[in-house]
Amino acid sequence: MKIEEVPQDSRYLEKTSVRDIYYATDEDGNYHPVESVGWEPQNEALALAWEAISEEAENIRKEVLAGKKSPLAYHIAIHLFDVGILSSYSGISKKTIKKHLQPEVFNQLDETALEKYASVLNITVEELKKV
Amino acid sequence: MKINFEHKPAAHCESGVTSNMLRYYGIDISEPMVLGLGAGLFFSYMPFITMHGMPVISFRPLPGQIFARVAKRLHVKISTRLYPMREDQSMKALDKLLLNGKPVGIVVGVFFLPYFPKEYRFHFNAHNLCVIGKEEDVYTVSDPVSLVTNQLNSAELKRVRFAKGTYPPMGKMYWVKKVSTQSPDLKTGIISGIKLNCKRMLDIPIPYFGVKGIALMANKMRRWETKLGSRKAALHLAQTIRMLEEIGTGGAGFRYMYAAFLQEAAAIVEKPELKDFSQQMTSIGDLWRDFAYEASRKFKKRNGNVCSYDQLADKLVHISEEEKRFFTGLRKFIQ
Repeated sequence: MKIEEVPQDSRYLEKTSVRDIYYATDEDGNYHPVESVGWEPQNEALALAWEAISEEAENIRKEVLAGKKSPLAYHIAIHLFDVGILSSYSGISKKTIKKHLQPEVFNQLDETALEKYASVLNITVEELKKV
Repeated sequence: MKINFEHKPAAHCESGVTSNMLRYYGIDISEPMVLGLGAGLFFSYMPFITMHGMPVISFRPLPGQIFARVAKRLHVKISTRLYPMREDQSMKALDKLLLNGKPVGIVVGVFFLPYFPKEYRFHFNAHNLCVIGKEEDVYTVSDPVSLVTNQLNSAELKRVRFAKGTYPPMGKMYWVKKVSTQSPDLKTGIISGIKLNCKRMLDIPIPYFGVKGIALMANKMRRWETKLGSRKAALHLAQTIRMLEEIGTGGAGFRYMYAAFLQEAAAIVEKPELKDFSQQMTSIGDLWRDFAYEASRKFKKRNGNVCSYDQLADKLVHISEEEKRFFTGLRKFIQ
């Protein structure tokens, strides 16, 4: 790839300090590192991944509003966690976490348990209770 | 305290950390040279390990291998430690090394990395960065994907060092113990690095790695649509492109970096033929990019001519054959 061909398709990176670096050639064919703010196929791959995550989370949100699942299920989805990852971060067993996905069990959790989940997900207890 | 450490952004996290860290110890080698010495060009497709429900595709060796190999080639003594279940101890050990003026490489998960773009934060746990200072509760880190150094408080740093999920980093850290007083013999290192890379790409006798892994992924891809349905197949394809192109993962970018290494190596070992190999590797990089471009048209369902999964798989088979031809030729030449 030539230096002038290094893609600069900005979508996610420009507001951060993060950049892609490509090794690209100058007119004499010598390689140099060149900064890039992104490439469209990669941006689109990311966008599609997030679209799928949002769709799944939206379905769960509806189930939470319908009283079928607890808000914890929704927060697991939007934070890309699963029961296994949440269990290893929190030290709470998978079996217990699964029980807490039921709204009636979740609603009875004490502040300590709620705080544990909230701190692992890096949100507040108030946010954890909402969807 | 802050170590007087020159931060340079890089294409890949581990080769970048290695290059920056060695420069601190007076060994000035470029990132592509680190990749070459560390035999860091690789491919693996492991359907039995999943991340976010999809098979892990990787373009790099296991974390730590590039650093360890480069150190070996340059006679640099290093230490590596893991701290399973010992979070506080690992932070103390880190502080002690910093106080002794040593930059410390660490492996982290990116999900809770505050300066990472939000959209890039998945539970990916094989990211490398270098800790270069601490003032009160705040650490300064040199992360090669960032243009500048960044700051993390101790709680944030602990959280990413003990990320959970696939391949938890378990507080892994690595540092330089001692640098040899003799100037490193790059020539021998380059030849050994090339030989090892040829071996890794060609000789691993199970089908998940090297050029065989690329062909295996191609074959699996042919059945994605019938097996998974079009929506899930598209997500798989998008995941593949993310692994291929995302910051710090290597992917197609590694092919260009390896080409840059061969170009640099040609002058050092006085073998101008390596420049031809460099150009061949550039063309292979172009093939990977063409694949990524066509794949993105496929999962975006662009109108007009869109490749089928079979056609995309054919492109991968072609890449696999080209890489096989390339490394076979390179090995023959370097023997």
